[in-house]
Amino acid sequence: MLLQQFINFLQLGSIYALAAISFSMVYGIAGLVNFAHGSVFTIAMYLLFYASTLLFKITSATWGVFVLSLMIASLGTSIVAILMERIAYKPLRNAPPISVVVSSVGVGMLLEYLALNLAGSKAKRMPNLIPDITIDIAGTTIPLFKIMIIVIAFIAMIILSLLVRKTQLGVAMRAVSQDKTAAAFMGIDSNRVITYSFIFGAVLATIAAGLYGSAYSIFAYNVGDTINWWSFIAAVLGGIGSIEGAVLGGFILGGINVIAPMVLPVSSYKDIVAFGVLIFVLLIKPTGLLGKNAAEKV
Amino acid sequence: MKKLYFVILCLLAFGMIFGSAIAADEDTIYFGVNYELTGANPIIGESAIKGVDMAVNEINEAGGLVVNGKSYKFAYKALDNGFNTDESALNAQEFADDESIVASIGPNDSDMCMATQAIACGDGLPMISPWSTLVELTSCEYYFRACFTDTFQGAILANYAYNYENARTAAVLYDMSNPYNEGVATRFSEVFKELGGEVVESQTYNGKTGEEDFTSQLTKITGKNPDILLMPNFYEEIVSQATQARDMGYKGKFLGSDTWVDTSLLEWDTEGLLEGSAVVGHYHKDIASDVALKFIDNYHKIYGETGDPNDIVALNYDAVYLLKTAIENGQSFERKAIRDSLANIEVYEGVTGTMTFNNGNGDPTKSAVIMKIVDGKFQYVDSVTP
Repeated sequence: MLLQQFINFLQLGSIYALAAISFSMVYGIAGLVNFAHGSVFTIAMYLLFYASTLLFKITSATWGVFVLSLMIASLGTSIVAILMERIAYKPLRNAPPISVVVSSVGVGMLLEYLALNLAGSKAKRMPNLIPDITIDIAGTTIPLFKIMIIVIAFIAMIILSLLVRKTQLGVAMRAVSQDKTAAAFMGIDSNRVITYSFIFGAVLATIAAGLYGSAYSIFAYNVGDTINWWSFIAAVLGGIGSIEGAVLGGFILGGINVIAPMVLPVSSYKDIVAFGVLIFVLLIKPTGLLGKNAAEKV
Repeated sequence: MKKLYFVILCLLAFGMIFGSAIAADEDTIYFGVNYELTGANPIIGESAIKGVDMAVNEINEAGGLVVNGKSYKFAYKALDNGFNTDESALNAQEFADDESIVASIGPNDSDMCMATQAIACGDGLPMISPWSTLVELTSCEYYFRACFTDTFQGAILANYAYNYENARTAAVLYDMSNPYNEGVATRFSEVFKELGGEVVESQTYNGKTGEEDFTSQLTKITGKNPDILLMPNFYEEIVSQATQARDMGYKGKFLGSDTWVDTSLLEWDTEGLLEGSAVVGHYHKDIASDVALKFIDNYHKIYGETGDPNDIVALNYDAVYLLKTAIENGQSFERKAIRDSLANIEVYEGVTGTMTFNNGNGDPTKSAVIMKIVDGKFQYVDSVTP
């Protein structure tokens, strides 16, 4: 039972962490709280659903379908993210931050209602993207998909962190996130870097959607609302703009969601605990757990 | 100057929107429908509209409403409440303030209905909820319903668990953010204990936050190893909950309330996890009356679907006919007269059974059916009369 709960914690934490990274990364680089993030997640869910349903008609190789539909969906969400950035955010780059936030809320709703109108209100069931096998660990049966969710999430995080640390693009991303003007003086095309951050964000959201769909198969057009909310909280809790912070925040929220119902007499109190922790952390460290203090230039 | 043009353009646009709104017609009688067309459960509104459309078209084809020897066309004005209590109340107020509206149907969800209750009574607008089984709803004398109540439903489920399935230990998992789910779970627990059974675990979650992970609650439930697990929640959550329960090692049976009854639930349950579960429903085609058979047949003709109409379609269809019956019995379009007439409907033969409204409140006396999921279908088990 304890092992089961531990796996549940890692599973939920991984999904929150992935979703929070893309939120946090876009904020760190583009300086934008992108509330349309949840809708990109929703679109990823639908693309995965349609792609995998089609592919399963041709083949029954589950892993092949999983990887191929992830690729198709990533391509789709990347296009959406690029368009979104070009049309709704880039023209507002020098506008007051609140205008951009409102613009992102607008884009989010537009995409959500587009999904409702195109796909209909009826919920869908995601096909099993991970083979339906259970394995025995120390006498406890664990479904394979739970293990795979954790493994895939960690691989994605490791690849992202290598990308940010070791590649030229990663250096450029970090430079832009530190100081856009100075980065431009060094010959970095910040517009290009911002576009890339949106693409990475979209791909991460798609992977998160694939994992979410494997864990909780039924979804409707508003599936992104919850993810939007929790990933924003995870990102703020960990320190918005910091990738490590987003991971930490995601796992803390996953932990609260799993541990609180075990300890508390009434399981639905866990939301109160989660928000309590958020407020407590922000009171002590307003920039979040791993957030850096932005130096005010006078 | 540009701004001025913009303002004029906006005014013109508004004018066009409102100008095109349905002009009041003396020979047409309107009722309002306040439905969950968007929001968390848009399928409710979609089904409800189907039921209302069917009933209204049928009534008009058969000559409309006949009051004092004159026939009137029956029509509705629809507003979307977005599965949101604030908007439900705003819609109700809009209907109450609109003198052309004689009564209103909906919302379907208990939470949304409760938000409109004060307006039904305060402004004296008769309202019929097709699907809300929440007991408190009809404490307001202007509120009626076309279905049975949670008290009735919870008791049936407890009886079924104890007497049909011989369950002695039970657990419940429900969404505490909706009074419907809580109402059924509470009544079930009361009656199950009275019968001599034991409710070993009662776990909740907050459906308003869109929660999809119930594993920690289910681990606690599975730890107590109950004979039966009641999940009186919306059908979109059920497959996730059943899958997670089985993953946690739950071996017993599941039990569901009337929110389960939609064929989508069975389509999604590709692994047959819900086989053998029992649910309470409003009607079943195996024991359908002539009225119900005609309704099912028409539904297939109009919507061309292979599946049968769900409870929401049937109850909304019945709600429109209840309103028609009340208006024609009372021979008046006055709101107060319609209320009085609704409260005195002696016999209405509906799709979902025979209803009687002479027991002094807005609850009809009507029967419920118990169904079991067998081979991916809702199979009729028994009918329960109050």
